[in-house]
Amino acid sequence: MIWNRNKECMSRDEMSDLQGKRLHKLVTLVYHNVPFYRNKMQVMDVSPDDIRTIEDIVKLPFTTKQDLRDNYPYGLQAASQSEIVRVHASSGTTGNPTIVGYTRKDLSVWSEVMARSLAAYGITRKDTFSVSYGYGLFTGGLGAHYGVENLGATVIPASTGNTEKHIRLIRDLHITGIACTPSYALYLAETLDKMGLTKEDIDLRVGAFGAEPWTENMRREIEERLGIKGYNLYGLSEIMGPGVSYECQEQHGSHINEDHFYPEIINPDTLEQLPKGQQGELVFTTLTKEGMPLLRYRTKDLCSLMEGECACGRTNVRMSRIMGRSDDMLIIRGINVFPSQVESVILEMPEFEPHYMLVVDRVNNLDTLQVQVEVRQDYFSDEIGRMLAMRKRLVDKLKSVLSISADVKLMEPNSIARSQGKGKHVIDNRKLN
Amino acid sequence: MTIKQLSVFLENKTGRINEVTKILAKNNINMHAFSMAETTDFGILRLIVSDVDKAVNALREASFAVILTDVVCLSCPNVAGSLSAIMEKLATHDIFIEYMYAFAQGDEAHVIIRPNNLPRCLETLQQESCDVLDKDRL
Repeated sequence: MIWNRNKECMSRDEMSDLQGKRLHKLVTLVYHNVPFYRNKMQVMDVSPDDIRTIEDIVKLPFTTKQDLRDNYPYGLQAASQSEIVRVHASSGTTGNPTIVGYTRKDLSVWSEVMARSLAAYGITRKDTFSVSYGYGLFTGGLGAHYGVENLGATVIPASTGNTEKHIRLIRDLHITGIACTPSYALYLAETLDKMGLTKEDIDLRVGAFGAEPWTENMRREIEERLGIKGYNLYGLSEIMGPGVSYECQEQHGSHINEDHFYPEIINPDTLEQLPKGQQGELVFTTLTKEGMPLLRYRTKDLCSLMEGECACGRTNVRMSRIMGRSDDMLIIRGINVFPSQVESVILEMPEFEPHYMLVVDRVNNLDTLQVQVEVRQDYFSDEIGRMLAMRKRLVDKLKSVLSISADVKLMEPNSIARSQGKGKHVIDNRKLN
Repeated sequence: MTIKQLSVFLENKTGRINEVTKILAKNNINMHAFSMAETTDFGILRLIVSDVDKAVNALREASFAVILTDVVCLSCPNVAGSLSAIMEKLATHDIFIEYMYAFAQGDEAHVIIRPNNLPRCLETLQQESCDVLDKDRL
């Protein structure tokens, strides 16, 4: 089903026209309300009057995650605090988290784009839908939640954790749809087995999966084991949250809600816009956002865009699967992890040499993170108990900084490769492509 | 009356102990006793050797993490009950043993003890007239 035929099936000319008008309005807003953008535009000698069509977007400055951190907490906010009705935050690397404020209109746009996504998956008012993303500062839980309500289905705010109880709810409440990370979906399938149940015992038929990279193989496995059809749901908190793009029944790329989020693909080195179809870094401009609008936000996600009408009838542009990252960010069990976070923890602890390696793997469908680190000669002990206590201190600190558990492996001196210039600190053994 | 024990940190992987013994052999260092303590991903090799300084230098040069620990080496008769008598005395004096290892040969048994309180352990053993060895008698 198509939720908003007007917008999702617009002719290309109408869409470009709408995007151009919205871009002009957006640029005028940030020019007057956000000193960061005004300064950047003045340096580049661009004024809002120079931005009349969507093609003019290339004249505008980029925004990076670092800009968001530098302007912590509210520096990039365009609306006054009295207009902000909700705030979400995403994990910071070493210091500040990214704070995103939403106005009432932003939330209404968000539940609109989420409803479009759910309708594309085949969810209707008759469905009972479990939101199994975390509720809280993370955008996944509440973002999906209000989309389901807007669509008119029954929402079960299951959040994460207590998987057996969740499966009983899925069975007893006849839950037909679920939004969660793909690795959690596989964990659900395992728990179902453990409880002695099969996919025949539950009524699930649709899964909306996102917040971490996944593969076609994972999709097939989830679909087979849970007896459902699994769809991609893409989003990022800086831009909105889940609902930036969504797959339709064709499952051939994810449709971008481009009347709200204008996508570009750039060469991450030269920053030049690339022609449609080429792979590069995905960049978004939030055409209608009021709370914290962003111009040309660099997602660091690598993918390509597909134009042309989809067999489903939608005309909005589609993005391919995310093929990788243009920075060193890792997504582990849905959580963003930067090697620099681990580095800052290790540097604070005199027991360890400042050399480390992150080894990421996927065991029984769950991501694992091992941090390898060398013990300093002076802190080495002949007692196992002390060595284990030292390791535990690092495990605990990593857990509090990263929000996920990491295994720590103590290594012999000089056994970790010393970095030559830009250090290589990550071995990712997950097979995602 | 203590002797020096070398403790060497080893990752759990094939061939690491072999590396240590090769280095000692090349430097003509004899091992009097050793024991291995292990966890799931690392181990600590504890060694009593003929030339402590030479062994430490050679191992550190090869990038091993090595530290020295003072331990007590005790000689007792190789008959039933002799170790038990000594342990009883240490326990009475509230001396906790972090770890120990032993080698018996012929009439004699040698026990290496790493107590939590080294001076009190030595004092107790001397009071009780136990045969504590120094490095020259190893």
